[in-house]
Amino acid sequence: MDGARTGAIVLRHFYLLRGSLTRVVPLFIWVAIDIVLWGYIARYLNGVAGATFDFVPVLLGAVLLWDFCSRVMYGVSTAFFEDVWARNFVNLFSTPLSLSEYLGGLVVSSMITSAVGLAVMLVLAAGVFGLSVLGYGPGIFPFVLILFLFGVALGILGSGVVLRLGPAAEWFVWPIPALVSPFVGVFYPLATLPPWMQHFARLLPPSYVFEGLRTILAGGATPIDMLTLGAALAVMYVAIACWFFARIYRHAVRTGLLARYTAESVS
Amino acid sequence: MRTVLSVVGLRREYGKTVAVERITFQVGEGEIVGLLGPNGAGKTTTISMILGVLAPSAGTIEIDGADLATERSRALERANFAAVHAPLPGNLTVAQNLRIFGLLYGVQALSARIDALLGQFELQALRDVRCGILSSGEQTRVGLAKALLNRPRVLLLDEPTASLDPATARDIRTKIRAYAAEGEGGVLWTSHNMYEVEGVCDRVLFLSHGRILLEGDPKTLPPRYGKATLEELFIAVAREPLTLEGS
Repeated sequence: MDGARTGAIVLRHFYLLRGSLTRVVPLFIWVAIDIVLWGYIARYLNGVAGATFDFVPVLLGAVLLWDFCSRVMYGVSTAFFEDVWARNFVNLFSTPLSLSEYLGGLVVSSMITSAVGLAVMLVLAAGVFGLSVLGYGPGIFPFVLILFLFGVALGILGSGVVLRLGPAAEWFVWPIPALVSPFVGVFYPLATLPPWMQHFARLLPPSYVFEGLRTILAGGATPIDMLTLGAALAVMYVAIACWFFARIYRHAVRTGLLARYTAESVS
Repeated sequence: MRTVLSVVGLRREYGKTVAVERITFQVGEGEIVGLLGPNGAGKTTTISMILGVLAPSAGTIEIDGADLATERSRALERANFAAVHAPLPGNLTVAQNLRIFGLLYGVQALSARIDALLGQFELQALRDVRCGILSSGEQTRVGLAKALLNRPRVLLLDEPTASLDPATARDIRTKIRAYAAEGEGGVLWTSHNMYEVEGVCDRVLFLSHGRILLEGDPKTLPPRYGKATLEELFIAVAREPLTLEGS
């Protein structure tokens, strides 16, 4: 793996961001709106419920972490879409760039763009609603890492879908976080879900993150077993997503899809 | 002459349609080879396979001794291309595109190389202009600058002068000839401009229905088949390939 080639993919994304307000603003505007919206909802619920339960860390903390996971996913897939929109596949994949270097570049690009969103969310949550996620201490990092890995997996998976089905399929990718969120218990314990949804939930790493966080907020110890299972699942999802993308890429090279990638190129 | 590109038994089929039928050819160091043929003859399919973006159904491709199938990165480090159908990303500037592709090809002393190419292709004034708003002729020059970034051993040019005015086209032809003459690499050149091919190519391959029908010196080939010019020969290949095959 050549770091310079991975760096080239990251640099490309940096150039695009630097020169484009329309690319920079979405990095933080939607997450900022989410924080403001859910922050006030949490405050309102606190007022209604009295002092018996603090909704701010439960709801706002959950929104913040889930939005981070979504931003990581969008970071990977948007970096990939830039090549779709610029019809850049022939130029890129006729260079010595390997698939792992390319995917590595997408992931590093996403780390940078999602960090911008995360920073804005942390500042807003702390400044406006008094929620300090960093106040949880270093114990929060494994949770964040699991969400990051799952976001990466979803991003690579979504990119594979678009590579296979053509640019119009990007509309399958944007709603993925919304589709997943009811299953992973972002706002409620998994026990709230019907049994068939709980079965799916157990297969998804974020379920363990949000269950674990609720355990800690309720005064329990950090659930190491949950974290371990969530991390193992997240790593597995990343591996599956990379395998899926590589398979789609090989199919695209074999069938000629890559050489003739257009808006209606499903074959 | 050392071989820089070796294509052996290359075949590509799409279902029951054969796009390229077991073609074999070589390009030598310092040589410019024209890959000619009517639309749909298999030229772009052949180039796509050499670039590694289309898998052959059969056959092997070696770029400067590196097998594309088994040593992909090593092989592609030694090749580059410019094609009208693959413009560089229009949302990046000329210099940004050259820097990114320079990094991808592992070019040493990249800034100096970019400056030299900007000078060579008279692109200094367009350095910070987004490629998407350049004229087609300027985009072609940027594409050629990118194609020469890594001093490729194999340079693939798919209709490189198609959108250029005659004066610029002549200038580009001179530059490519100079590049080949320096012995840095061999060139595989597709064009529909037979005047250009005659002036530039040392050897031509006529493709028809995915097969190499004729091969030889572009100056001596037409009389050998009873044609006055390369253009007449081209038309004959396009219209009556079977007649030529038998002669």
